[in-house]
Amino acid sequence: MSDVILLLPFAALIVLNILPRGARAHAWIVAAAVFGLQTAAAILLPFNVVDWSFLGPFEKVVGFTLRADGLSVLLLLTAGIAGLASIMVGRASLGQPRARFAFANLVLIALIGMNGIAMVRDLFSLYVFIEVTSVAAVILVALRDGEAAFEGAWKYLLLSAVASVLMLASVALFLLTAGGVSFDEAAAALAAPTPEVWIAAALFLCGLFVKSAMVPFHGWLADAYSEAPPAVSVFLAGIVTKASGIFALMRLAPGVLSPAGPGRMILLVVGAATAVGGALLSLTQTDMKRMLAYSSVSQMGYIIMALGGQPALALAAAAVHFFNHTVSKAQLFTNAAAVESRLGTRDMDRMGGIASRMPVTGGTSAVATLSVAGLPPLAGFWSKLLIVIALWNAGQVVFAVIAVLTSLVTLAYFLSLQRKVFFGTILPEWSEVREAGPGYVVPALALAAITVAVGLGFPFLLPILLGGGA
Amino acid sequence: MIVITVVLVLMVLAALWASLTTLLLRAAIALALTSAMLAVVMYSLGATLAAVLELSVCAGLISVVFVSVISLTQRKPFKDYVTRRMSRMRRFWPLPLVLIAIGVALSFVHAPVQVALPLPGGDGDVRTVLWNLRQLDLFGQILILLAGVFGVLVFFKKEAKDGD
Amino acid sequence: MAIEIPQSFWLYFIFFILLLVDGLWCMLATYNLLRILIGLEILMKSVTFFLVVAGYLSGRMALAQAMVITVIVIEVVVVVAAAGIILGLFRRNDSLNIRTTRNLKG
Repeated sequence: MSDVILLLPFAALIVLNILPRGARAHAWIVAAAVFGLQTAAAILLPFNVVDWSFLGPFEKVVGFTLRADGLSVLLLLTAGIAGLASIMVGRASLGQPRARFAFANLVLIALIGMNGIAMVRDLFSLYVFIEVTSVAAVILVALRDGEAAFEGAWKYLLLSAVASVLMLASVALFLLTAGGVSFDEAAAALAAPTPEVWIAAALFLCGLFVKSAMVPFHGWLADAYSEAPPAVSVFLAGIVTKASGIFALMRLAPGVLSPAGPGRMILLVVGAATAVGGALLSLTQTDMKRMLAYSSVSQMGYIIMALGGQPALALAAAAVHFFNHTVSKAQLFTNAAAVESRLGTRDMDRMGGIASRMPVTGGTSAVATLSVAGLPPLAGFWSKLLIVIALWNAGQVVFAVIAVLTSLVTLAYFLSLQRKVFFGTILPEWSEVREAGPGYVVPALALAAITVAVGLGFPFLLPILLGGGA
Repeated sequence: MIVITVVLVLMVLAALWASLTTLLLRAAIALALTSAMLAVVMYSLGATLAAVLELSVCAGLISVVFVSVISLTQRKPFKDYVTRRMSRMRRFWPLPLVLIAIGVALSFVHAPVQVALPLPGGDGDVRTVLWNLRQLDLFGQILILLAGVFGVLVFFKKEAKDGD
Repeated sequence: MAIEIPQSFWLYFIFFILLLVDGLWCMLATYNLLRILIGLEILMKSVTFFLVVAGYLSGRMALAQAMVITVIVIEVVVVVAAAGIILGLFRRNDSLNIRTTRNLKG
């Protein structure tokens, strides 16, 4: 099953490219189908490694060393959901058939990359699939015709490549000192660490911090998110950057990289700095998507802080926040795309009172805002609560307080966004605006529904999370 | 040992030339030279297949990419380069000194580095490892090449459209 | 669990660091997009070199070579993508200077 998750989108990719020219405009259907199947599979199916021996001599080709555990399922599910939303927005926002075709293909490639990240057991393979996802994402960012899109793509590519160099240096050091680069071998080396092993672990961590846009390496994210085409922003913010950076940290931090000691403090400090820094930077933005981008930076800081909390809760808290934030951010970027499609601008100072003309967008945006700010009974409240509890129980009172205070700042800038864009009196230039098309409204409604459902049902979900576990 | 050291020195010198030179075309050639020296080193250390790939791909393909991009973006007349050389050198003069200082400092370090024991029975052939153990990486290579193809389509076909 | 390799490791390590610093300096001390790319290339070569050295010193040359082959493929695709972006930026701004493309603030 694990292998199939990788190979199914690949088969779809091949199918898309042997389609005749005329049918290419419908490529998005195939892509949407793949993402939908993945979401369903993540919820419904158990994940075992398939016995490929029936293939005979071809077995060697597909004998991947993968393992899908609970943490993998989290990423597979989230990628499926965010991808579906993104494809629907892409269908609505990308006009040219050639752009749509490239979008569908690149999104599938990114999906395979993320599925790989979810399931590998090896540091080098992790690097390879992170690179696949990053390169696909860079090209997606530059998909729109416009200079600003190129600049965002350039910064993303450059910093991504530098992070890769760090990770590769770490892999080389692990090869030297541990004799191998699988997770188990690295963990064994860290159990009896020498200075070289510490440096190797630190290098890999730094590479992942750059990829996750942790402070002080956050410079590339806002440009890439805000200037990318609307559908790509949904995809990027929803899952891609998370998958390549944060998820890898979630996979490595508990077991491989930081069993105790300095590792935990590094996670806490970097996470806190990012949460606070991202929140403060959000306050100063006037571009809607840039504000959302810095908000993402801040929330991902929360996830990293969670990893430094009490071990029993840490991973569960991080996982729940990961899922909630993906859903909420994908939805917020869908709303931003809807607003941009109808208003033609992202400058919040020029907006006002849109909610009266675009009720669905405004309503769903309010739901997501309250969830990310951590208000009960929405999903975001539970995940933030878990994080604070995990930090408190681990004795990290200072960081727990920081988490709570940053929540207040989060509420502040989101309320500011809501007020500027959706509420208040409507400006005369927008009085003719209609609600956005179904491509924007349907995913927004679906994602908001998920947020509410998870929030209401959370007390029932929690035992499953803690028991079935990572 | 001596041979490897000499080639390594040449490699670093070529890389230095690539950073310091004012003309972009010379920088691209210097980069190709660095790749070539690296390939020689890799071959001497026993990485024959990787050395061949490095030579053909990095010293070959990437140089072609660089030269074509340089020729597509070439605009300044040659005399401008002479005046810019001075400002460039000013920015760069600490670099060789820094490098020599680092080299000297590191040469005094004698701390033993713990290295993993070699595997009994040898390591195996790279082809066996690549095809039997690291299929996932091969799959990743295919994926990234596909992504590259779409990148080329996205970036370069647009230009054709602009030119119409 | 370990063998001590006297001078060999540090010899190779010196050259790795030299290449690394050269690449970093090249990337940082320039305003030209193409030169930044050249610096990035030098960085990637330094890491390729370090991988080969790690394989040589630990006797795991096959694994190291397999990794290097993959890294080279990835390196090529990254360079091609970067070249595409540079060309795109050039066609918009008619310049390879990073300062002229710095109009995204904040």
